[in-house]
Amino acid sequence: MNFGLTEEQQMLSNVARRFLEERAPMSTVRDIMESPEAFDDKLWSAMAELGWPGLIVDEAYGGVDLGFVDLTVLLEETGRGLLPAPLISSSLAAAAISEFGSDAQKQRYLPSLADGSAIGTLAILEDSDFLGPDGIELTGAKEGDGYRLTGAKRFVHDVGVATIFIVPFRAAGDILFAVVQSSTKGVSSQSHPTMDQTKRMGDLTLDGVIVSKDDVLAGASDGAAALARLLDLATVAVTAEMIGAMDRALEMTTQYAKDRVQFGSPIGKYQGVKHPLAEMYVDVETSRSLLYYAAWCVSEKPEALPVAAARAKAYASDAFTRIGIDGVQLHGAIGFTAEYDVQLYLKRSKWALPAFGDAEFHYERIASLGGY
Amino acid sequence: MDFNLTTKEEAFRDEVRAFIGENLSPEARKDPGFLGGWLKKIREKRWVGFNWPEEYGGGGGGIMEQVILKEEMSKAGAPPLGLCMMGLQWVGPAIIQYGTDDQKKKFLPDILDSKYQWCTGYSEPGFGSDLASLQCKGVRDGDEYVVNGQKIWTSLAAWSDWIILLTRTDFDTEDKHEGITCLLVEMKSPGIEVRPIKNMSGSSHFAEVFFDNVRVPVQNRLGDEGKGWGVTISALAHERSGISEVAGLVGQLNDLVELAKRTRRNGRPASEQPSIRRRLAKADVVIEGMRLNGQRFLTKQLKGEPLSSETSINKLHRAFLAIELGDLALEIRGSASQYVKSDNGPGMEQNRLPSGALDWPNVVIGGGTPNIQRNIIAERILGLPKD
Ligand SMILES: Cc1cc2nc3c(=O)[nH]c(=O)nc-3n(C[C@H](O)[C@H](O)[C@H](O)COP(=O)(O)OP(=O)(O)OC[C@H]3O[C@@H](n4cnc5c(N)ncnc54)[C@H](O)[C@@H]3O)c2cc1C
Repeated sequence: MNFGLTEEQQMLSNVARRFLEERAPMSTVRDIMESPEAFDDKLWSAMAELGWPGLIVDEAYGGVDLGFVDLTVLLEETGRGLLPAPLISSSLAAAAISEFGSDAQKQRYLPSLADGSAIGTLAILEDSDFLGPDGIELTGAKEGDGYRLTGAKRFVHDVGVATIFIVPFRAAGDILFAVVQSSTKGVSSQSHPTMDQTKRMGDLTLDGVIVSKDDVLAGASDGAAALARLLDLATVAVTAEMIGAMDRALEMTTQYAKDRVQFGSPIGKYQGVKHPLAEMYVDVETSRSLLYYAAWCVSEKPEALPVAAARAKAYASDAFTRIGIDGVQLHGAIGFTAEYDVQLYLKRSKWALPAFGDAEFHYERIASLGGY
Repeated sequence: MDFNLTTKEEAFRDEVRAFIGENLSPEARKDPGFLGGWLKKIREKRWVGFNWPEEYGGGGGGIMEQVILKEEMSKAGAPPLGLCMMGLQWVGPAIIQYGTDDQKKKFLPDILDSKYQWCTGYSEPGFGSDLASLQCKGVRDGDEYVVNGQKIWTSLAAWSDWIILLTRTDFDTEDKHEGITCLLVEMKSPGIEVRPIKNMSGSSHFAEVFFDNVRVPVQNRLGDEGKGWGVTISALAHERSGISEVAGLVGQLNDLVELAKRTRRNGRPASEQPSIRRRLAKADVVIEGMRLNGQRFLTKQLKGEPLSSETSINKLHRAFLAIELGDLALEIRGSASQYVKSDNGPGMEQNRLPSGALDWPNVVIGGGTPNIQRNIIAERILGLPKD
């Protein structure tokens, strides 16, 4: 039993932190988030040079061939720095193709996802905003050896920059996964202004899009199970960024509590301030324990992943909500200013809450998985 | 990162399971001599104090095996691994860390044999949370210390043979943490009087203990004179980590889930009520969080680093759960929860769950209150100024 990072993982974490401090400090993050799609292609290329978009892609397809725990280590850092980049989305698209694609499909998509020249994302939710098989109503009409898709996906992360969409749809009662490229006829996307400007999302509209047999992920024979698996991976990835962000919000607020003097003492001397900070610490550490176990389950104990992922996201959602609010509140009025960074973490907590299931959604999953 | 057991650890786990299979059958449990026989057998296997040094009667095993042993035993609902609870959980470990060779020989085997019960004499009427200000006086007189003063909330004092006692031997130190001396005192020493205190759930498991010119041989001093605070910090970390063991909590939660399934509330199984489902699921997450936090702390211990302030994290979770599980049981049972004894339903419902709503101070206040745990985290881990 060893619940710690390996030397390589520690190094990955250090390199990521240093890279982000140099290349994407908060001033840069703010510039990027003001841009139309909150995307900086130079920064993305630099990330690609480090191998990040292909971190969990097989070496045979141009990736770095690391695992989900390693990705989690990296995402903690990108979350910490509120990095606006489609890293989670593209990693998840790559994971979908890696797990459920044929060899030809992997050959076709993975190298470009791994080197960053393509950007992928999952396009799952529809108008119902319901995560799960029943939320997939988009129906494919038979067309030759493939399907014709007409409908819309909603709340698609990084929809404005993605070039490859993983689109679950229904055909003859089954759920299938189409790999749809942004350049295909009938595909259009529209991103909406978001509360957290570092995270963009929006609609993917499919207007008679033709999907050939080769565009349907071949290995997802049990569509509902494949969907559940993808949602679990997504849950872990999003939670990883949440924990990095929470940790940083705690760090900023702790520092502020040491520096800010009122009534003749640093405010961190008062229990009304120090106790919420202690609670934040308990929450960050406990979230982290739950997260890494879930990340480990991805490949080492897949049967335990659903409940492990649900526990991690449920706990982190409650925790981050509190940390976002307390982080601002404990700063006083300055925390409410646009100029001060802690508010960006509050906004991130709001973004993260519904992403791949809010606390209620995951508590309910825990209850049903637990047989009650 | 690896949560799997090694082959060697798996083999050990299988050995434990096989032992449980052989010795814990329902028929075996019905035997009137079962408990005595059980204690003897686990002692022979050296599973009591399994990670204590072999030369003093321990099993010489690793911490990991110790964890496996406890987990398997708890899953099987086995009787405890030895009856001397405080002796096994923190007095023994403190003696192993700070004791002289003679003390180890004298005390450790008896703890392992459940021969003597130990109690813990820290708190005083004037000093609970502010433990380091304690005033119970120890004065060196030749080869003895003479102790005068009072302790309170001493759990199991009325049944104990020995007490691990904190005294102040120096009243002139600038730092209150200095000048404290830890003594191991026989409860039948002349001058000790125990007065049990009844708690709100009706039992008298703790007591006041008075010391009137009690003479304690110098060889029963644990650690150096004036340096008892270090002993206490380490013992408290063990106490908090013991309080926060999760195996029993998993069982309690499972019981609650079963209770919710078969109890009807508002015309339907309580387990279908969203607020109850959410509370059960939240408890499940916190218990799993504690288990995994524990594994992170264990990794630290396996690398040879001592337990310290991080034990306050799980102590806070444990405090939340103690209150939450007790109250959840009340909510599930509804009006029937008000009966302390009832004839319908299995034993669990008659006693354990309702009293849970009144028993929580054991783990919430005992071992240091939540506010004190928050102070520890804020000051020692986050580095905020002391208040
Ligand atoms: C069931 C049970 C068993 C026990 N067994 C033992 C035992 O075997 N041996 C032993 O020595 N002791 C034992 N104790 C005593 C226990 O350790 C103390 O009760 C505990 O440390 C609190 O001390 P106190 O009761 O004097 O409360 P106080 O210290 O007076 O605290 C009262 C309240 O004030 C709060 N408070 C105090 N100081 C601060 C502060 N600085 N900041 C914020 N809040 C503060 C506390 O959190 C608490 O809510 C036991 C207690 C219980 C309930």
